[in-house]
Amino acid sequence: MGGFLLLAFVFLVAGVLAVPIATRFGLGSVLGYLIAGIAISPLLTALRVDVVSIQHFAEFGVVMMLFLVGLELEPKMLWAMRARLLGLGGLQVLGTAAAVMLAAMALDQSWRIGLTAGLILALSSTAIVLQTLGEKGLLRSDGGQASFAVLLFQDIAVIPMLALIPLLALPELLDTGVAAAGAAHGAAAGADHAASMNLVDGRPGWQAALMTAGAMALVVLGGAFLTGPIFRFIAIARLRELFVATALLFVIGIALLMTLVGLSPALGTFMAGVVLANSDYRHELESDIDPFRGLLLGLFFMTVGAAIDFGLLAQMPGTILALTIGLMAAKAAVLLLLARLFQLRLADKWLFGLGLAQAGEFGFVLLSFAVANHALPPAVADPLLLVVALSMMLTPLLFIVHERLIVPRAATGQASEPDEIEVRGQVIIAGHGRFGGIVNRMMLSAGFETTVLDYSSTQLQALRAYGVRAFFGDATRPDMLHAAGIDEARLLVIAIDQRDAITELVRYVRANHPHVHIVARAVTRTHVYELFGAGAHDIIRDTFDSSVRAGRSAYEALGLHAFEAESLAQAFVKDDKLVLRELAELYDPGIPLAENEPYRTRLRAMLAEREAQLTGRGKAFRARTERGWLPPVGRDD
Amino acid sequence: MARLIHYYAHPGHRYSHTNRAMLEATRALAGITRVDLYGEYPRHDIDIDREQERLLGHDLIVLQFPLFWYSSPSLVKEWIDLTFENGFAYGEGGDKLAGKWLMLAITTAGAREGYAVDGHQRHSLRTYLTPFEQTARLSQMRFAAPYVRHSALRTDPVAHASGFATLLTALRDDRYDLGQAESAEIVTVDDLPSFTAGRPK
Repeated sequence: MGGFLLLAFVFLVAGVLAVPIATRFGLGSVLGYLIAGIAISPLLTALRVDVVSIQHFAEFGVVMMLFLVGLELEPKMLWAMRARLLGLGGLQVLGTAAAVMLAAMALDQSWRIGLTAGLILALSSTAIVLQTLGEKGLLRSDGGQASFAVLLFQDIAVIPMLALIPLLALPELLDTGVAAAGAAHGAAAGADHAASMNLVDGRPGWQAALMTAGAMALVVLGGAFLTGPIFRFIAIARLRELFVATALLFVIGIALLMTLVGLSPALGTFMAGVVLANSDYRHELESDIDPFRGLLLGLFFMTVGAAIDFGLLAQMPGTILALTIGLMAAKAAVLLLLARLFQLRLADKWLFGLGLAQAGEFGFVLLSFAVANHALPPAVADPLLLVVALSMMLTPLLFIVHERLIVPRAATGQASEPDEIEVRGQVIIAGHGRFGGIVNRMMLSAGFETTVLDYSSTQLQALRAYGVRAFFGDATRPDMLHAAGIDEARLLVIAIDQRDAITELVRYVRANHPHVHIVARAVTRTHVYELFGAGAHDIIRDTFDSSVRAGRSAYEALGLHAFEAESLAQAFVKDDKLVLRELAELYDPGIPLAENEPYRTRLRAMLAEREAQLTGRGKAFRARTERGWLPPVGRDD
Repeated sequence: MARLIHYYAHPGHRYSHTNRAMLEATRALAGITRVDLYGEYPRHDIDIDREQERLLGHDLIVLQFPLFWYSSPSLVKEWIDLTFENGFAYGEGGDKLAGKWLMLAITTAGAREGYAVDGHQRHSLRTYLTPFEQTARLSQMRFAAPYVRHSALRTDPVAHASGFATLLTALRDDRYDLGQAESAEIVTVDDLPSFTAGRPK
């Protein structure tokens, strides 16, 4: 226990210190984590920590990230990008592999080694690129979308690579069996990754294919049909943590299933995410998984930094550095060529070319795998591991280059807005009951897009029957609001019915998202005062207007002329607002009303005035409302 | 400086052509009270006390509106019906508006030629505006000739709108020849120079 605590403490301190500093200097969180990892590396060695195992564990953060990415992507969008996916992605992998293979042959390595290394190094870092693009808000740009397509293809490409690499085994290595004992960075780990729980290994081809297809079908169909019932089931307990547990269950379950059939877990969770992109529970899943993703990815980057073998680097600094820069240059060249081919403009072209120029974390996995399958000798694999790590470390710097040098130059020729903005709903409606439902209908009929959040799954089922887009989630949770798009929203309508929750939500949004206009439901008169103090822009008492209408109907039922009834009702409302405003000034949130003397005195006085009118059988009140409609007294001129 | 209040009344503001241009042209003018009638009373619940206070606090009242069926949009009528109360504007003790000026700024869809006895509209424009004029007179106000734009939907509003700005500025600065305006029939943008020549009223 103590060992684990110490370890956790070390990592947390490193991350918490390094990332804000790195962000302050504009270096981004990824570089911050990498540097943190390097910084604690000696300490970890002293504690004899198996950094590589931690890395394998933290890789799960990448799996989660792909799940979240899938959630954001709708199936139609995925289909729409198939050209880029296969064309851009396919050519990138093949082109880079070819380039590296040729370079390797020029360096007197065999073509098999060249090809294996080429395929492995062609993969870029999904983690770094998506994280950085997300941070800089560039995911929706042309360059960001192209990068995403390539990364996605690379993810898919891992599968055939896992099949191909063993076929590229070097005969000399098979004979001597050196590789099996040698790989410094965990052949065991590599074997682990590829083979430990694999049910598919060793089965005849058709069985393997069937099982694989079956697993994928299970993910797709399970996601589509089981999510709803499962969430409804756990909603019975009404416990916050169960939602988080269930979301984790999904992701882990899918990853497990994928591993059993030898597929990339990240691909599996990505598919699941896409399937769930249109589900009511999307925002709930997003907000549950996001914190884990963040922490695990941070841990992952730290382990990458910590695992850099400075010993080896010290032995052959020039070679390693030359290989790294050479690789990145070659990748960038291939990418820029493709960018031209696929007509990416200016800054997008450079974003694409520079952003993907590194080797990725899958490289660690595949290098170990290649060594374990005798496709690469350790003497080649070890330096390459360093190359991968170094190229990842240099990537944030490339992004900075892009931001500081290229974007300003390209700014004149390029629109700052991305071409397609997915409008996340300018209006967020928290709560879709009697109050929120009407507001939502009004918004939709005037052509405004809304994102509705409701915490009751029975509501959601009813709503779906009427074609309303509502998401399951607790709107008072900041991460839920974030997932619903509060950063880009113009208006928040708070239509939930718990008094304190409403007030808290107003306070939170005023403090953290001051640009959002808040229309808040008020449950009682004193709630109005509270909300005013909390800073809501528009405060609407939830039963007042309806009660006035009931009163007006009563007037008419009792024989008053409709117009008279209306005038009386309007006068009543005007008077009530007057009283409310006057008493608002005497309201003190710190003093309960029963003890607030000035308030009570004024209220008594105002009630007395109105009482007098009432006992006058309403004549003064009526006379006031009839101004303008009374016949003139006296002569006309 | 005269105390000038400019009432703008257009129920279809979004689709307005000339009236909107007139409002935009005068939006930045300082020292003038501006009221968007439909904006302040979207539910037609005129606050009589507030309006009467407003009228008491100003000497020149300009009402700008498009001519709807030879009269004003209904909210203006509602405003007049309620604000010009017995005991305020007329009747016993009703001399609060005495001496103040009322001026209309009107746009018509119809052409100028039509507004004549032998014309398409059968009567002159002033004839149709008689109720407003008489309302003013009964309230002991003085009625200046209206600033008019005919064929408002078919013509470019720029000149007329900037003319309106000139008019309001002149009114505010006591440079508008109200005496002449009282005896004129209508004032168009082409007639403006002779009214804003600079002689105080």
